[in-house]
Amino acid sequence: MKPKIAVFDFTCCEGCQLQILNCEQEMPDLVAALDIITFREVMTERSDHYDIAFIDGSCTTESEIARLKEIRQRAKMVIPIGACACLGGVNCFKNLHPMEDVLKAVYGQAAPYYDTIPARPIHAVIPIDFFIPGCPIVKEEFIRVVQEILAGKAPYLPNDPVCAECKMVGNVCVFDKGQTCLGPVTRGGCKATCVTGGAVCWGCRGLIDEPNINAEKEILEKAGLSIKDIVEEFSLFNACQEDVWK
Amino acid sequence: MEVSRIDINVHQLTRVEGHGNIIVKVSDGKVEEVRWEITESPRFFEVMLQGRRWKDVHVIASRICGICSVSHQLASLEATEAAFGIRPSEQTILLRKLLYVGEVIESHILHLYLLAAPDFLGAGSVFSLLDSPEHKDEVLRGLRLKKLGNDIMEMIGGRAVHPQAATVNGFGRLPSTEDLLYLQGRLRNALPELEAMVQLFKGFELPQFTRETEYIALKHPQEYAWIYGYISSTDTGLATLDQYLEVANEYCVPHSTAKFAKHARESYAVGALARINNNYEQLNPMAKMAADELGLKPLCCNPFMNNIAQVVETVHVVEEGIDLVEQLLRIGIQEEDIVVPVKAGRGIGAVEAPRGLLIHDYTYDENGYIVEANCVIPTNQNHANIQRDLEVLVPRYLDRGENELRLLCEMLVRSYDPCISCSTHMLRLELR
Repeated sequence: MKPKIAVFDFTCCEGCQLQILNCEQEMPDLVAALDIITFREVMTERSDHYDIAFIDGSCTTESEIARLKEIRQRAKMVIPIGACACLGGVNCFKNLHPMEDVLKAVYGQAAPYYDTIPARPIHAVIPIDFFIPGCPIVKEEFIRVVQEILAGKAPYLPNDPVCAECKMVGNVCVFDKGQTCLGPVTRGGCKATCVTGGAVCWGCRGLIDEPNINAEKEILEKAGLSIKDIVEEFSLFNACQEDVWK
Repeated sequence: MEVSRIDINVHQLTRVEGHGNIIVKVSDGKVEEVRWEITESPRFFEVMLQGRRWKDVHVIASRICGICSVSHQLASLEATEAAFGIRPSEQTILLRKLLYVGEVIESHILHLYLLAAPDFLGAGSVFSLLDSPEHKDEVLRGLRLKKLGNDIMEMIGGRAVHPQAATVNGFGRLPSTEDLLYLQGRLRNALPELEAMVQLFKGFELPQFTRETEYIALKHPQEYAWIYGYISSTDTGLATLDQYLEVANEYCVPHSTAKFAKHARESYAVGALARINNNYEQLNPMAKMAADELGLKPLCCNPFMNNIAQVVETVHVVEEGIDLVEQLLRIGIQEEDIVVPVKAGRGIGAVEAPRGLLIHDYTYDENGYIVEANCVIPTNQNHANIQRDLEVLVPRYLDRGENELRLLCEMLVRSYDPCISCSTHMLRLELR
């Protein structure tokens, strides 16, 4: 039997859902292998009977907490996709300011009517079974994870830093160009796409397990950057601190 | 048919980007309530941009929207460059325009084939259309065109969603001549596919519904404006970018996390139809032929025709892409030094995102950190117009009964191709 798939959107740019839709060549095969039953961004049909729930976006309101708990009860597997869902991502910048200031800054006197809580990743609210990192997720990785689940295997997540892949691609190290990069501590699996694309690694896939964060800090300090710069470098996708939800 | 009671409550409208509800209540044949309600979680991007360093600003701005990340990046880069007094090179501008062609193709095709077409083909989604022998080939054609847009963004920008190569005053990575020749072939090969797209949409029956309103878009003296221009209104003519706050008068609405906007009338529209209503004369030759074939002429006040305007614009940007590649091949891609003289100041960047006029306005301190940021998002400007359209549409089609009326309301909102998750982080409370 084909697994029943639901794709849910929480607080996000919906770019990771778009990455699923960007599997243009693979879409006929995906539709043949999966029973996609809920995907609001592109489907009117919907059903509450699903096996696997992919979740795009972070949790930023009380009502989203309730919605996540309901999804957890229904789904056999919950898989957050993308930096917002896995790390909190850019939504967590607002956590750095007091919530009432944030609301007031955007909505003025109408502020008290809006429901907002500090942003947090999905695993801060409900237990998860796996996650697909990245901002956005890598299409090929999404397809590989789906294939592994279909084959009954535990999905695999790389734990080598972006640096390792970056060297294999043959990029000039951005530190050698006088720039800074989170490649040494960030989970690989993206083929160092940002460095290859002419930029630096911003750490969107989150930190590798047991990262040598201090070594990275040293490199940054050696490069003559201020503590403020370092904090910023780390916070672009990783601003979420656990004390926000604990 | 006499309809005395209608109760439409579309909770989280499907096949749009983001979360919105449609509520219609009719009792004793009288329309009591028509409401377009935005329930997206607020995202507060302007607050997030505060205190950020210029190098990271376009990277964060991109994350406002996954579907028009290039638009946000370019508006952001233009705002930063304007603040620092930077004028990018001809090569940078041509590459940005080509990157933009990719985004317009991808975004328009996503809307036309995946979000809008199922309504006209009596399906709930593109997935069921893929299962239907009758429509499968059309959908596959749409997916091929969509991939063309993504491949352009990958080749010029580094990837399709949140591309990395575009930076302040240049590109971190440049395409090779081979890349450009490859894209040239791909774009030329797409021309017959576009013809088939025009025929498909010509076959769709659109509601003959019109409501006069104001249409606002960028306008440029030499070209169909995408990434540079003045603000143009079908009611009031041209305005400069620094007058944008007078154009986009935003206001809070109860039960909506997005702000609404008005200008000369109680509402205005932005997007593909607004652009064609302002800039029809500058469409490329094949696009004009497509517009003729599809019966689209300015001034068109049928909001459902925004779908058709997107079809015409898709043809236009493929022609533009072919032209841009030729220009780039002619000047030859050169490595350029990327120099960024940081200084304090304010800069405004404006582009035509696929869904309409998008403005980023930044004020930097002398170290290149953002002191204040404001973004005007296309869909915010459309919310009030959608609301007014619904108010006129509902009484006019009351006799169709609840189910047909619900579908018409949904199709109307979808025609605007709303991008609601973008639209829920507006700043600027005191309207200047």
